[in-house]
Amino acid sequence: MQSRHIEKGLYPPFIINALITAITLVFLALFLILPLVVIFGEAFREGISIWWGSIVEQEALSALRLTLLVAAIAVPFNLFFGIVASWALAKFDFWGRSFIITLIDLPFAVSPIVSGLIFVLLFGIHGWMGPWLVKNNIQIIFAVPGIVLATMFVTFPFVARELIPLMTEQGSEEEQAALTLGANGWQTFWKITLPNIKWGLLYGVILCNARAMGEFGAVSVVSGHIRGETNTLPLQAEILYNEYNFTAAFAVASLLAFLALITLALKFFVESRINKLETL
Amino acid sequence: MKFKFKQYNVLPGFGLTLGYTLLYLGFIVLLPLAALTIKGSELGWAGFWHVIFDARVLASYKLTFGTAFIAAIINAFFGLIVAWFLVRIKFPGKRFIDSIIDLPFALPTAVTGIALTAVYSPNGWIGKPLLDAGIKVAFTPIGITIAMIFIGLPFVVRTVQPAIQELERELEEVALSLGASQWKTFTKVIFPMILPSLITGFALAFARAIGEYGSVVFIAGNMPMKTEIASLLIITKLEQYDYLGATAIALGMLLASFLLLFIINMLQSWSSNRLKGV
Repeated sequence: MQSRHIEKGLYPPFIINALITAITLVFLALFLILPLVVIFGEAFREGISIWWGSIVEQEALSALRLTLLVAAIAVPFNLFFGIVASWALAKFDFWGRSFIITLIDLPFAVSPIVSGLIFVLLFGIHGWMGPWLVKNNIQIIFAVPGIVLATMFVTFPFVARELIPLMTEQGSEEEQAALTLGANGWQTFWKITLPNIKWGLLYGVILCNARAMGEFGAVSVVSGHIRGETNTLPLQAEILYNEYNFTAAFAVASLLAFLALITLALKFFVESRINKLETL
Repeated sequence: MKFKFKQYNVLPGFGLTLGYTLLYLGFIVLLPLAALTIKGSELGWAGFWHVIFDARVLASYKLTFGTAFIAAIINAFFGLIVAWFLVRIKFPGKRFIDSIIDLPFALPTAVTGIALTAVYSPNGWIGKPLLDAGIKVAFTPIGITIAMIFIGLPFVVRTVQPAIQELERELEEVALSLGASQWKTFTKVIFPMILPSLITGFALAFARAIGEYGSVVFIAGNMPMKTEIASLLIITKLEQYDYLGATAIALGMLLASFLLLFIINMLQSWSSNRLKGV
């Protein structure tokens, strides 16, 4: 069936198809695969023990800890927001709904540097709240809270924008049925809504987490690059690279590249689950 | 009809969830963004123009928008080919190739930056042969463009791909059976139907490239007036505690991006209206 469907419509001569295939493969190999290969090639160039040594080095470890910490705060917050916002925006129809959805997407339209800049304008020593923060001895910029805030900003839309269209499409008949049969709001959410959205939710969390761990521009503006204290993994890779310590820089980068590959694999898995559900 | 804020609904929790949504949105997104515009208004128009028309700032704008534009054009061309390949051509392992397209989304930008620099630097895998041929890539605008191609590609592929998938093959059959050549069928029937999505993909790639920092900053060389992108100049100003200058450059970028996206939106509605008229 499939092949007959493909034969319908345009049937370019073999030479054209071969050319398109060749261009695609060469372009992707040169632009996407080669940089990936280079990361691992450079990271392991001086052997696996040097690589391991660069990973378990004190500053690299503290960068890893900070990266995990930031993601562990930012992702749950945005996950919770995503669920709550999609309940309000997908299950109910009200005036101004689509405007709020547009506002949620705003952080995607703001460039990474500007995403960091806005928090410096708010909390930096010459910023709005700067004098008050200094007086009360609270540090946000060039400290962990600033990094967490900037990360929350750039990863803000990921979960919500996966869930809102999904839940809008699913409608609320099943929830209404549950409520009419005597379930309370919580039971309805846990037994009806959550199982229905779990794959979309997982998809959003995967993307949110990848961005939270890998964000560079926004975090770089607010971090202050204090070694062993406010360096996340991407910032640590930058510092090592700028000090011409290439092997160590690529060792740290290889961790992040590995994370990206896991993200792609998970995404692939979740997407095929979603496709399977749709064809059922 | 009486105006009602909200349609009647038996589901509970509307007030609570909407309230939390607005509160969190306000604190994390809207308040910080408001800081940018309010700080900008401190400058006034005269101060704003003064910063923007500084020679070094102008040079960085020209470089950023120029390279982003070229990268988006190259992405539109190759992105269309890649998307066509992914939808229409049978090839072993195509699902694997399909998922690799998202690599630039998943790979942290700093990692992209140092990897591309290693590839294209004067003693890199591609940089060395190109240098022998007389082309310097890293630390020139060409290098910046390459980094922008890398990060922009998935935007074009992922917007054009569904458009090709949804093409009605019957229309192609009709054109072919009425005697149109393969090439004519493509240029007169298929391409106009893909064009709106291609323009969207172009705009997304272009906008992303303008604001890009991590993947560009390593390969750029960062020479003032020559290879210094606007995002980097914002950081330079911030490091000198020149908040107003940094804000002005950021607002200038936002303004120019909005203007360009507005033009592109007009182009897009023109091309899709043209389609509806047929």
